[in-house]
Amino acid sequence: MTHSFTRTLGMRTILILVFAFLYIPIAVLVALSFNEGGLPTAWSGFSLKWYVSLASNSAILSAALNTLIVALVSTAIATLLGTLLAIGVEMRRQYGKGLEALIFAPMIIPDIVLAIALLSFFSMLNLTMGLHTIILAHVVFNLAFVCSVVRARLKSFDWSIVEASADLGASALTTFRRVTLPVILPAVIAGALLAFTLSVDEFIIAFFTAGAGRASTTLPMQIYAMIRFGITPEINALATIVMAVSITALTLSQRLNRGIIGQ
Amino acid sequence: MAPALVWLTALMVVPCALVLALAFFRRGIYGGIDYTFTLENFGLVFDPLYAGIFLKSARIAGTATLIAVVIGYAAAYAIAAAPRRWQPVFLFFAVLPFWSNYLIRTYAWIVLLNREGLITQLLRWFGYTGEPPSMLYTEGAVIAGLVYNYLPFVILACYAPLSRLNPELAEASRDLGASAATTFRRVILPLTVPGIAAGAVFVFVLSIGNFVTPALLGGGRFQMIGNLVYDQFLTANDWPFGAALAMALIAIMLLVLMAQALAADRAAGRAAEARGDADG
Repeated sequence: MTHSFTRTLGMRTILILVFAFLYIPIAVLVALSFNEGGLPTAWSGFSLKWYVSLASNSAILSAALNTLIVALVSTAIATLLGTLLAIGVEMRRQYGKGLEALIFAPMIIPDIVLAIALLSFFSMLNLTMGLHTIILAHVVFNLAFVCSVVRARLKSFDWSIVEASADLGASALTTFRRVTLPVILPAVIAGALLAFTLSVDEFIIAFFTAGAGRASTTLPMQIYAMIRFGITPEINALATIVMAVSITALTLSQRLNRGIIGQ
Repeated sequence: MAPALVWLTALMVVPCALVLALAFFRRGIYGGIDYTFTLENFGLVFDPLYAGIFLKSARIAGTATLIAVVIGYAAAYAIAAAPRRWQPVFLFFAVLPFWSNYLIRTYAWIVLLNREGLITQLLRWFGYTGEPPSMLYTEGAVIAGLVYNYLPFVILACYAPLSRLNPELAEASRDLGASAATTFRRVILPLTVPGIAAGAVFVFVLSIGNFVTPALLGGGRFQMIGNLVYDQFLTANDWPFGAALAMALIAIMLLVLMAQALAADRAAGRAAEARGDADG
């Protein structure tokens, strides 16, 4: 009895300490974003002024727009390609080692390596870099993530219903639209939300493939520049908004696709 | 599936092959590339100056991995010991920070560790009056940042085998007279090695090639391999050497992954053996 009591107490202490470690740094940022004075040294009253000043910061607004464009376009392409790839691999059940490595590589390859590889590649092709090259680059890892989420769902898919649909005279397209898609749709949306979040947050690859000039600065690039420059209360407000957006997207994704992302 | 494979080949395989090829060329006089074959770049990787940065990166990544595994395992163990219906909730909140922006999570540590940051404020509040401790722009700050950023993944990786653990195994061990410590060391730990290995590999691989954390928490001149690669491409303009460094990074990563696969195989063998013993 005493043993189990001390054990439970120990477990609770671990949980409290770990969650404090994980959440205090974030909570401090969020709290400071509402601090009138903006400094971590003193609380000088609740204020939304840092959010208001963000709204009039044209550099941040244009970076946010760029990020939205990159994230939406790369997510759309990656969702289409990643889903088709997942169906192709799972339907044929040909899990070649090379193929697996190819699909797995974008998720594990160090960002800096993919970043310099794409920079070398684009500059060798004399491609003018900008938002379009960031999109090309983001699709690489996004499609791998979408594919892995959709594949996880397809593992428990009963392919005989696809055959049944074909036997009953449905075309391949009709079968996909009426049979396969409804089953995998939650996973496809979950994968798309994951891809969107990854793209919104991605910094290094965007930094290397954006080319010169400020026109194609994305939000993470803007945040990086601001952090390098020093602490300004505006970053706290921006950080709070960005975190809120990605956490909302991921929570939705997780709900749609219980547990799959975690694995 | 063909379009996706074409995309991956054109924008990942080909560019990576290009970097590999680049590593065998000379740097041009004006920073461009001189297309004559050389092994100099790989030789330079082993130059004491650069080998030192590799060793430092490995030491920092290793320390961060060790700390993250100890904390992450303890957290996963505590979550697995919680009532069933609470486990998914705890797990979800343990992983949630991982999905917020990496730069922002790193920036949060600047706010905490900076000279007039929160930790200094706390010390003052407890009556400390001396000079503010210098915590930011140190190796310790970089390690803290890495542990903080990758801890959620270790928790997730360790939780998987811990939650599948058959409680009867631990009970049997206790019934047979083993102490709690022995039961943990001889029964629980060996069965959860694959989770630990997966978590450790993840933290190590992402830490050793990290660019952002050393750049932001280590200060201006602090260099790990990632920063060195960055410099070769964006400031020193020595792409062939940068490419060789990147390939060395990939080689280290592949070695670590192979070691993990080996460890996982052996653990699976041991687990099968243990199950055989229990059945017999």
